This record gives sequence, C-alpha cells and structure tokens, in this order.
Amino acid sequence: MERRENRMRRFLLFSRGLIDEALQQIGELPDKKYGGVGIATMTKNCHNDYKMKFSVDEEFPDLSLHNNHMAKVLTKEIYGKLRGKSTPSGFTVDDVIQTGVDNPGHPFIMTVGCVAGDEESYEVFKDLLDPIISDRHGGYKPTDKHKTDLNFENLKGGDDLDPNYVLSSRVRTGRSIKGFTLPPHNSRGERRGIEKLSIEALASLDGEFKGKYYPLNGMTEAEQDLLIKDHFLFDKPVSPLLTCAGMARDWPDGRGIWHNNNKTFLVWVNEEDHLRVISMQLGGNMKEVFKRFCTGLQKIEEIFKKHNHGFMWNEHLGYILTCPSNLGTGLRGGVHVKLPKLSTHAKFEEILTRLRLQKRGTGGVDTASVGGVFDISNADRLGSSEVAQVQLVVDGVKLMVEMEKKLEKGESIDGMIPAQK
Amino acid sequence: MKPFERLREKLSRSQRRFTPPSTCHSPPCDTGNKTLFLYFFSTTPLRTPTRKMASSFSRMLSSKQRIGVLSFVGGSLTAGMLFQRERVSGGAPVRRSYPASAEYPDLRKHNNCMASHLTPAIYAKLCDKATPNGYTLDLAIQTGVDNPGHPFIKTVGMVAGDEESYEVFGDLLDPVIKERHNGYDPRTMKHPTDLDASKIHSANFDPRYVLSSRVRTGRSIRGLSLPPACTRAERREVERVVVDALAGLKDDLQGKYYSLTQMTDQEQQQLIDDHFLFDKPVSPLLTCAGMARDWPDARGIWHNNEKTFLVWVNEEDHTRVISMEKGGNMKRVFERFCKGLKEVEHLIQEKGWEFMWNERLGYILTCPSNLGTGLRAGVHVKLPLLSKDPRLNKILDNLRLQKRGTGGVDTAAVGGIFDISNLDRLGLSEVHLVQTVVDGVNYLIECEKRLEKGQDIKVPPPLKQFK
Repeated sequence: MERRENRMRRFLLFSRGLIDEALQQIGELPDKKYGGVGIATMTKNCHNDYKMKFSVDEEFPDLSLHNNHMAKVLTKEIYGKLRGKSTPSGFTVDDVIQTGVDNPGHPFIMTVGCVAGDEESYEVFKDLLDPIISDRHGGYKPTDKHKTDLNFENLKGGDDLDPNYVLSSRVRTGRSIKGFTLPPHNSRGERRGIEKLSIEALASLDGEFKGKYYPLNGMTEAEQDLLIKDHFLFDKPVSPLLTCAGMARDWPDGRGIWHNNNKTFLVWVNEEDHLRVISMQLGGNMKEVFKRFCTGLQKIEEIFKKHNHGFMWNEHLGYILTCPSNLGTGLRGGVHVKLPKLSTHAKFEEILTRLRLQKRGTGGVDTASVGGVFDISNADRLGSSEVAQVQLVVDGVKLMVEMEKKLEKGESIDGMIPAQK
Repeated sequence: MKPFERLREKLSRSQRRFTPPSTCHSPPCDTGNKTLFLYFFSTTPLRTPTRKMASSFSRMLSSKQRIGVLSFVGGSLTAGMLFQRERVSGGAPVRRSYPASAEYPDLRKHNNCMASHLTPAIYAKLCDKATPNGYTLDLAIQTGVDNPGHPFIKTVGMVAGDEESYEVFGDLLDPVIKERHNGYDPRTMKHPTDLDASKIHSANFDPRYVLSSRVRTGRSIRGLSLPPACTRAERREVERVVVDALAGLKDDLQGKYYSLTQMTDQEQQQLIDDHFLFDKPVSPLLTCAGMARDWPDARGIWHNNEKTFLVWVNEEDHTRVISMEKGGNMKRVFERFCKGLKEVEHLIQEKGWEFMWNERLGYILTCPSNLGTGLRAGVHVKLPLLSKDPRLNKILDNLRLQKRGTGGVDTAAVGGIFDISNLDRLGLSEVHLVQTVVDGVNYLIECEKRLEKGQDIKVPPPLKQFK
C-alpha cells in the first residue's frame, strides 16, 4: 500500500516537472503562484497550443500570392523567433498575421496585413511590426519619437476655404483605452466594460458637447433611420480585412454611437477601435472643426484618466490603435471638395503626392468619387503631429481650389505645382 | 498481475469501444497514440511497438500525447482521477479577467440550438475549461453568437474544434445534439455503424424520374484538430495523410488529387464544368467559426478517373466523401461509397492513423448536425405533379425525408426537380438511412405515377424513429 502511494507521489511530482518543461517549450510562462500547482493559460484565439510541436517550415503560411506589408516583411527567421511568444493576454503572432494570410491583397493596393491585439503586441512582436511600421510610415525608425500636438491654436488659417468648392470638413481619429485588449482579441466582458466606461465619460460632457448614446443593440427604428440619414450609423464590418481579424465577433454586442445634440461631434464605440472620435460640419471651416475636435478629445481624455483608464500612448508610436497604419496621430483630417477639372488633370496624382495628401471617393475608403467630388485628406499618420497634418490639409486644399478656379478660366496651372512637402 | 498491467488490460478492453467495428479488415488497432486518453504511466514515448511510425510527425505526436496526458494529470491531483477513462478531462484551466456573468453572450434575439440550451449556469460551468488543444467554449459558440439565425430556420449555432470538445463541453453539446437529432440522447444511447452495401434492396430507380443519385459523408482524422481550430501545419498534415491514402486506391477508384493552390486554369475549368469545384466558404455560419482561415492553403479535391467518387479535403471537415452518378442506380452508388470508405480507412490505418469515431456519437465531424453517420443520401428526382400537391410536405415528413432545391441546401427547386434525401444522421446506421431513402423515393415515384394516371395518392403512416 505504502509503496504504491510513494510511487504515485513520485509520479505526480515527476509529471509536474514535465508539464513545466512542456509549457516552457510552448512558450507559456507557468504561473506557479497558484498554490504551486494550478497552471493556467490565457484564452487564445483560433490557434491551438500544439502548433509548437510542428516545425517552422510546417507552420509557415504560404504567402507566394500575397501583396501586403506583412507578407513582404515576414520571413521564416522572424516567424520562428516570434511563434512561441505571446502577450500577457494571450495574443500570438499567428493572431497578428491571420488577416494578412487570409487576404492576399491586390497588386495595386498595399494593405498592412496585420493587426495588434493589445498594447503589448507592439513590444512583443516588434521584430515583425517595426519593419512593417517603417514601410508603411515612410521609413519611421524604431528609435524615432512621435510628437503629439493637440493645441488647435497652432493651426494657421483653415477658416477661409471656399464653401462653393469645399462641401464639408471632417477630422477623425481613434483612441484605445488602457487596460483593455483591442477589438481583434477582446472578450464580450471587456467590450462591455469599454462601452460602460465610454458611456459614463461621454455622459459627463456638457455645453456644445452635450449629447446622447445610442447602443446598436437597443436603438429604436426611428433612431436608426435618423442616424442613417445623418450619415452617422456604422454597420457590421463586411470587409474581410476586418472580419478575418476577428473584429466583427459578437456583433452588435457592446457597440454604439454617441453624438452631441448639435450633430457636430461623434464617437463610435467598439467598431474597429475602442473609440473613433469624429468632428465634422458642412462647409469649409476646418479651423472650427479642428478646435472642436481638440477640445472634445481633451475633455474625454481627462475623464478617462480620472477612472484610471487613460488612453494608450507612448513616445515612440504615439496613440496605439488596432491597425499599425493608424499609429501616431491616427488622424484623418479631410474635406469633401468639388474638383471636376483638377481631378482629370494629368498631374493630379503628383500634386496630391507632393502635398502629402490622398484622395478617396465620397463613400470613404475604396469607393469611387461621384460628380467630381473627392474626399481629400492627409496621407501621414506617424512622425508628424496633429496640427502639422491638419495644416497640410488646409494649405493643400486651398491651393487645389485655386488651381481648380484657374482651370475653369482655361488657364494653365503649371506654375502652381508645388514642391514636395 | 502487476498493478500497471492490470490497468493496461482494463484500458485495452475499454479502448475497443473507441474503434469503429470491423469496417476495416485488420483487427482492432491499438489506437493508443492517436487518442488523448490516459494510456499508461511510462516515461518512454507512448507508442505501440507493432505499428509503423510513418513520419516525424507521429513521433512528435507521441510527445504531444505525453503533454496531453500529463497536463491532464497535473491538473488533477486526486489519484482516483488518474484511473478514470470514461470522461476526457480538459486541458489546463483558462484564466480570465472577467467573471462568467460579464462574459455571457446576449442571446435574446437568437434562434439556434446553442442559444436555446446555453444557460448562464452552463456557461459559468464551462467557460473556464479548455480541451487539451486549448479550444474553449467561447470559440465553440462564436458562430452561434455572431449569427442570430432566422425565425423559420434553426441552425445548430456551435462547432467542435477537436474530438475532445464533445466531451469537455458535453453539458452544452449533449442537449444540443438531442434537440438537433430528434431526441437521440448521447448520454444513454448508442449509435450503430453499418457499411454493408449488400443489405440494400430495390435500389435501382426508374431513370425517367430519378436523374442522379448521390451519397455523401465526412470523416475526420483522429489526433488532428478540426477545421475551426486547426493550425496551418495540422491542416497540411490532414492533406498529406488523406492524399497519401487516396493514392493507394486501385481499379475503378483510382484517381488524382487537385490542390486548390496548385491547379492549373484548365484543371480548374474542368472541375467547375463537372460541378466538383468547391470555393471559399462565404456563409457567415462557416466563416465566423474560423473555417476559412488561410484559404486556400492545404485545400483540394480528389476524384477518381471515372468521376464517380470524390473527396474534398479541408473544406468544412477534414474530408468530405461523395459517391455519385447519373441515373437511378443508388445500389451501385452506395456500394462504391462503402467500398471506397473502407479502402481509405484501411490505407490510413496501415500508416498508423484512424478516423474519429466513438460508440455514442458515431463518426465525429465539425458540426454537431453531422454526427453519427454524417450521411446524406439523396437523388435528384422529377416530380412535377407531386410538387404541386399540398400533401407533399407531410408525405416527406412521414417518410423521414427532406427536400432541397437542385442547388443544394437553401436553394429552390427548378422545374419540379427536387433533391430528396434523408433527414436523420445520428442514431440509425448508414444502411438503415439509405434504405429509408430508397423506400421513400420508390413511394414518391409511385405517387407520381398514380397522379399521372389520374388516381389519388395516400399519405403514408409515419416511420418509427429509433429502433
């Protein structure tokens, strides 16, 4: 009897040792603080733990037909180095790259092909993400520092864009709330926590920022119709770039829209990022739009900080968001502007590139322009401040409107082509 | 007998309940390595000496075995648990930052089997658990949470990531299975498997009515995760194992494999013309479960030269096996089906693999609706007069048949041509289900003929459910 018990005890001790060894091989740090035995793992997304028993060659994705930043950067060496790691919340490199593997991309359009699951992803997987960030953000180095400037007073001009051409102005950015994981990875509980915190924060705003929250799950038909009419309502993402990264899970749980009573300041909760903050109005007064944007953001940030959940930010990457393309300012400041003649000019694309601007259709990214109306916005996100980026938009659009007027009169614009900014 | 040998004896006796009955020609195999059940305590890699080690993967699998076994052991200190084989224990417990009540999904607008049975109590009980592979409840129910369903159509709403999911999440899956499979209780009932095609009779239909006959099922390879949870390497391993086995088929079953990543444009067009090619799933029911990941890596189609036996690799299941031909000779279709399945099983067993199967659930597949036989035997049959008769649905109900359009599930019938197939999957054997279809189709053709002659038809009495 005794011998059997001893054998059992010895076996259990031995097996416990083997488990530690196995978990170390897998890359999981066993949490020995739980009474010395309870070894727990954080929840994982679609990739089971036994992948570590396969070699790098066997697990490496087939990227031969792919055209995105992740596919250009990911080598077997990098993959081999990172595959055993995971962030404290359990996000792995396979989760990071899944959207890029599932979406080979288009020969003409270079997408990023990866996402972050939490703030730590940018640290743990820096061997993969730093080169991608550098490619996407014009050579941004791992040692560079990003400047944040949300002082609207530093913006020069911007209140005199011709409303005959500039139909509307809009500035948007995203913010992530510290202490929660990002949309590709967060659980229902976390998402609801973010929603709850956001509702509290937004409810305490007043003055021109007084407004109301509309949860996607509970809005009435009438509210829904009005939000659609105002072009505020966002819908379940259908783009496979987002769905393959897991951002549409549990839709519409925890999602909603908040806007102020004046309908000039809008916050999306739990869409592609924790918060998407939008300031907009008809006409060309970008200065006012930007002022409201900065004021509103600062008010919101203060409230979140009071709850010990400030925004994710660091010196190197600026504001941390889900997609590496939105790091830095995460800011897209733009106008809807009528440029029927300029848009057909041979040098249109070059002008945009030199002004550091990009064009989109009036429906947003990946849509066509209608009636010669384009959405013109800043191309940069990381490496320059908010003020600098909006300044580029203001100056660039002003120049392009003047070019349009010249072309209407039949004059040439060759003398006005700007130098590369 | 020494205590370990007594244990081994006990284990090998109960082991036989986890091998399918002799559909293979070799004696019941020692499936030790490929099942994640506690085998015996030894510090040597777990393998039976009699079986060939086919590849380095199998050697790796033995240490995976060890981890699975030992993680189970480490997680439960009581010595008594170590001797329990009946219940598979999960992997290491899952650490969460929020309590179960904060994580419970909002299912108020949902109409699927998962939503009907996932109570907060069951969720709280299971949300911390994980299978030895790390598959969790949240992953299993994701597709049901993301797809609330339609008030008229009740989908299952959950999937399994691996064989152990059916055990670890049994508290949720057992009632879901019971509801979906018309009362079959996996806790008390056993599923019969019978692939003896000689038992089928009267299965040669009038070709004026029956345009084509088809039998399909799915098979999963034991030891590898299912499509919702598999990694790229596991998926490639499934492809390798299956393609190896299919290469060994001979005579009328000899054929060729077309990998989705490598087929030429010409081959692709030919497969489309033959109606063989499957495409990336677009249905959110499948994509939300993660089955379209890494498309088209390791996916492909195999078919024999005569184009009557077809295998899909890594689509919704590890393999989907289809036997079909034009005309009404269902007997021959089923004979080929059984022959092909048995030979493929034999070929993979030679290399040390086997299909996922157990006594209470039959063949294990990704979707709980396909458990048991996973079999859908059907015909495309022309019933223009009967299609207009209001009693058709009742007749089909009583005959335990279902109708679909000629495009498959969720399509409409064209020109009075229906796809008629069996309703049941679990609790009845393959032979029984195919015979049910045969009898039912014969009855429907009789009805059509009577209507042509201007005579009246009768609604048959309902068939008995489980024998």
